[in-house]
Amino acid sequence: MSALLSVDNVSKRFRGLVAVDRLSFAVPAGSIYAVIGPNGAGKTTLFNMIAGVFAPNTGGITFAEERIEGLSPDKVCRRGIGRTFQIVRPFPALTVEDNVIVGALLHRHHVDDARAHAQEVLRRLDLYDKRGQRASALTLPDRKRLEVARALATDPKLLLLDEVMAGLRPTETDRIVAILKDLNRDTGITILLIEHVMRAVMALASSILVLHHGAAIAEGAPAEVVRDPAVIHSYLGAEDIS
Amino acid sequence: MIARLIDGVPARALILLGVLLAAALAAPLFASDYILTVLILIFYFAYIGQAWNIMMGFAGQLSLGHALYVGLGAYTAASLYMHFGVGPWIGLLVAIPIAVAAGAFIGFLAFRFRVAGVYFAILTIAVAEFARVGFDHLGWTSGSSGLFLPVKQYSGNDLWTLRGKPVMFYYLLLAATVLAFIGCRALLKSRVGYFWLAIREDEDAARSAGIDTFRYKMIAVMISAGMTSFAGVVYAFYYNNLFPEQVFHISRSIEIILAPIVGGIGTLFGPVLGAFILTGLAETLTGTLEMIGVDLPGAKQVFYGICLLAVIVLLPDGVWPWVARRLGLMERSK
Repeated sequence: MSALLSVDNVSKRFRGLVAVDRLSFAVPAGSIYAVIGPNGAGKTTLFNMIAGVFAPNTGGITFAEERIEGLSPDKVCRRGIGRTFQIVRPFPALTVEDNVIVGALLHRHHVDDARAHAQEVLRRLDLYDKRGQRASALTLPDRKRLEVARALATDPKLLLLDEVMAGLRPTETDRIVAILKDLNRDTGITILLIEHVMRAVMALASSILVLHHGAAIAEGAPAEVVRDPAVIHSYLGAEDIS
Repeated sequence: MIARLIDGVPARALILLGVLLAAALAAPLFASDYILTVLILIFYFAYIGQAWNIMMGFAGQLSLGHALYVGLGAYTAASLYMHFGVGPWIGLLVAIPIAVAAGAFIGFLAFRFRVAGVYFAILTIAVAEFARVGFDHLGWTSGSSGLFLPVKQYSGNDLWTLRGKPVMFYYLLLAATVLAFIGCRALLKSRVGYFWLAIREDEDAARSAGIDTFRYKMIAVMISAGMTSFAGVVYAFYYNNLFPEQVFHISRSIEIILAPIVGGIGTLFGPVLGAFILTGLAETLTGTLEMIGVDLPGAKQVFYGICLLAVIVLLPDGVWPWVARRLGLMERSK
């Protein structure tokens, strides 16, 4: 499999703090790739660099064989990367459907086409019946899925999911896991996710990258990574104690 | 096209619209001269409120300097008429690009350098104030002594030169309000309308959904500025006198935004309803005070203040959303 996204020697410093330190990894096309690690490991900073919120201080990010580091978020999205936010940010006063239509209009010029596409996406994410509700009236699990729906409606090749399971009950988590699995299988979309919920990571990911203090301490298949002593020491073990 | 515009609108809302339009068309047959001037004022504010609403209600950009575009439109058309005998409609063709350019200038400064929220609002005030001071010293437009258009008693109405009786201005502003209403509805239902709402709701999320927010905010400012300048042209030929201290003054900019705020920011009917409520009630108040022989200068301003307070406390979304819910006029989603 060729890499859809590759991050090469990327660093990001905030004044004295090195949030991401010379990090390199590659996400194969069609895979579900998870980034895990303790709070403050630099996961969201990494996402923000890929999505164009920050430019890296050093290194390059290549997506679909084009350099994208330093591009603005809207340009990154137009290249084919859809993202969600860790703290959900739907357009509150708009209906669920209109939220998704906004995304669908990126590559569609007619509102009717966009609506048809949006409804298709909403069906996939189990939100079709709630399409007439205002986004502000939704529960957290629904908002999380709406966030995914809006990103998905922009027809991305790569979907960046920033902790979409955080704060969900196990049944809700399983529901999203199933949706994402189907999506990946049916459309071949590549998914890069940051996640703390190991239950979801283990069920979804084909590869895992473990970040600690901005650097990779392990990478590989899920079963191997969770047995890695360094990972247990810095992340998983810590979770057991707490 | 028309089917698209009325898609999802309940039948009773369409009937109500029709009745209101018919009443507005027939009004000059019954209205006294005084009532007619009040109605002219109402549609003047309804039209400008609609234009301002594109920026604030749709794209979420607060302009507190819309008097700038009114003034530019008024001064451009009036000066061209006075100096070169150019009629108002040709003058409008010059006024619109000037107002659009002024809007683009403000928009570029603000959006390029990330001036947002209240700082953006202050920038719009600042540019309008610059214009006020500038026009005070501009000899070509007679500076602070004011620009006067020749006035005489008109026997007929000449729409082409905008010389005529108030009833002509009434129908002109009514037509402008109706067209602005339809135009805004069309914009809101289009791609650009969706993008504006997304920007209004959450600009960062809009950018992440691929929207070039700079571009769509610029479009909003430019359309709003161009639309507003038309009201300025009508203002100049209706009042026949222009003073920078009056047309560009910040109190004018505030007056413009009251109707949409009271009626409902971001709604299509809000600016129209707000203009009726504010101007209608204020004139009633003035009339009543006059009738009972009480002379209270500033009563209108106090009244505006009370109205605004009442709306903000009781109906923060404006009067129209509340009325629409009460009358079952809310749009259905498909």
